[in-house]
Amino acid sequence: MSGILVAMQGAVAQGVLWGIMVLGVYITYRLLDIADLTVDGSFALGGCVCAALVINFDLDPLAALLLSMLAGMAAGAVTGILHTVLEIPAILAGILTQISLWSINLRIMSGKSNLPLLKLKTLISSVGDSLGITQAQASILVGVAAAVLIVAVLYWFFGTEIGSALRATGNNEDMIRALGVNVKRMKLLGLMLSNGLVGLSGALVCQHQKYADINMGRGAIVIGLAAIVIGEVLMGRLINFACKLSSVVVGAVIYFLIRALVLRVGLETNDMNLFTAVFVAFSLSVPVLLGKWRARKEYSETGEEDS
Amino acid sequence: MLTITNVRKTFNKGTINEKKALCGLNLHLDPGDFVTVIGGNGAGKSTMLNMIAGVYPIDSGKIEIDGVNISREPEYKRAQYIGRVFQDPMRGTAAGMEIQENLALALRRGRKRGLSWGIKANEKDFYREALTKLGLGLQTRMTSKVGLLSGGQRQALTLLMATLEKPRLLLLDEHTAALDPKTAKKVLELTDEIIKERELTALMVTHNMKDAIQYGNRLIMMHEGRIIYDVAGEEKKNLQVEDLLKKFGEASGGEFANDRMMLAK
Repeated sequence: MSGILVAMQGAVAQGVLWGIMVLGVYITYRLLDIADLTVDGSFALGGCVCAALVINFDLDPLAALLLSMLAGMAAGAVTGILHTVLEIPAILAGILTQISLWSINLRIMSGKSNLPLLKLKTLISSVGDSLGITQAQASILVGVAAAVLIVAVLYWFFGTEIGSALRATGNNEDMIRALGVNVKRMKLLGLMLSNGLVGLSGALVCQHQKYADINMGRGAIVIGLAAIVIGEVLMGRLINFACKLSSVVVGAVIYFLIRALVLRVGLETNDMNLFTAVFVAFSLSVPVLLGKWRARKEYSETGEEDS
Repeated sequence: MLTITNVRKTFNKGTINEKKALCGLNLHLDPGDFVTVIGGNGAGKSTMLNMIAGVYPIDSGKIEIDGVNISREPEYKRAQYIGRVFQDPMRGTAAGMEIQENLALALRRGRKRGLSWGIKANEKDFYREALTKLGLGLQTRMTSKVGLLSGGQRQALTLLMATLEKPRLLLLDEHTAALDPKTAKKVLELTDEIIKERELTALMVTHNMKDAIQYGNRLIMMHEGRIIYDVAGEEKKNLQVEDLLKKFGEASGGEFANDRMMLAK
């Protein structure tokens, strides 16, 4: 029984840390209406940059987190410039950045595909040691603190003039351009903000699992979509924006709990990508299929008399 | 106020689909002019408005507003001078945002946007008052999403948004064409009221000849990328739909029969 509890604790820790990535995905996918595939690359980038800085330069783990976030923002800027200045479709621009990041990440890790932190101090291990709690508990603590801070900052930012203009860009580009906003700049900003969070999340996950891996970001975008969908289903159509943002992190936690359960039932880690993809495809298609089914059911040739 | 000098625009140049949309267009508007624009399909009415707003770059010529050359300014920069209402009611408002959020975005048209709060508490009374004037009851629904409104309500809201911060020039591109006749009339009357009250300079494209005669102080007719008829003042007031059809016939010759039905609707 305690085995399950430990596994669940690990899943919650992973969920909270990955939840920060999902907040990033939320900005592009839900607010800007762009499916940004940079994420798979920038998540690994965050992890690789963090590991390389801590190992090679003996950098303070907190500073490494911030620099990983900046690295993520730079990746977002590349996609943003490809998309806005060079007018490459957003999905393709993201794929181009993601593919090139694979090479860059290997360079950062000096050609190794895996970089273990071993006994090196991380933010999570220091918190764990100083409070006398387990790694998983320390990860949850750090993750929740980071998530609360980020949700608060995002809530503030998307209420400001620039933040409102960014939301309007995702809502109706023609309209906000006619109201004097440079929509290209807004998209660039959104992509940078989003990938900055993704990079930060990658770095936190790296410090949590104590290694960076070239494949650690594979499928991140799909996990992000799954978490957003779970969050929306669970928390319904909440009006309050702060609740919406929080639901995204909760969605990530639940995703990793489900994942842990499925793994215990007998699926292997290697099966998880298939499982997640099927889950996302299913969740996205349910409303469409329901609509079609309803339309067919309600159709009648003669029509009903209005009473 | 607005001065357009010898503006040319050809779409798909050098291809089989080449279309000369504007052929040396000249137009001058005085402050306070309310000009209605009529013409057949493909006459260049919408293209003219899009060129003024900066949707596409012009091939040659010059567009000035109050002496400032805006010919090469991007669309979002020209927005500081220009308020716009589109034909499609969905295009002028953000459906997923609240009515008051839309108004707050519009109030900041052409202003530098920073990190202060996107909608300030003291603005809300101003919005409530402006919405009350529309007479559609929207002042009680300020936190409703715009997507819940009807096409007519959205178009009236767009009109309010375009004029909330007084524009030097208001561009109306067949903004009542997608509405039912009753709503269209209401929105048109509202347009006239706002233009008069705020003393705006406006260009209004319409397919309805009666409206073109009834509203505004000046009327221009376009054909094949040029202005072929320009009438103002008393002469315009005394125009009849038949006169316009005749004018159009003289200018367009053989194509008259095709366009007559469309224009007379």
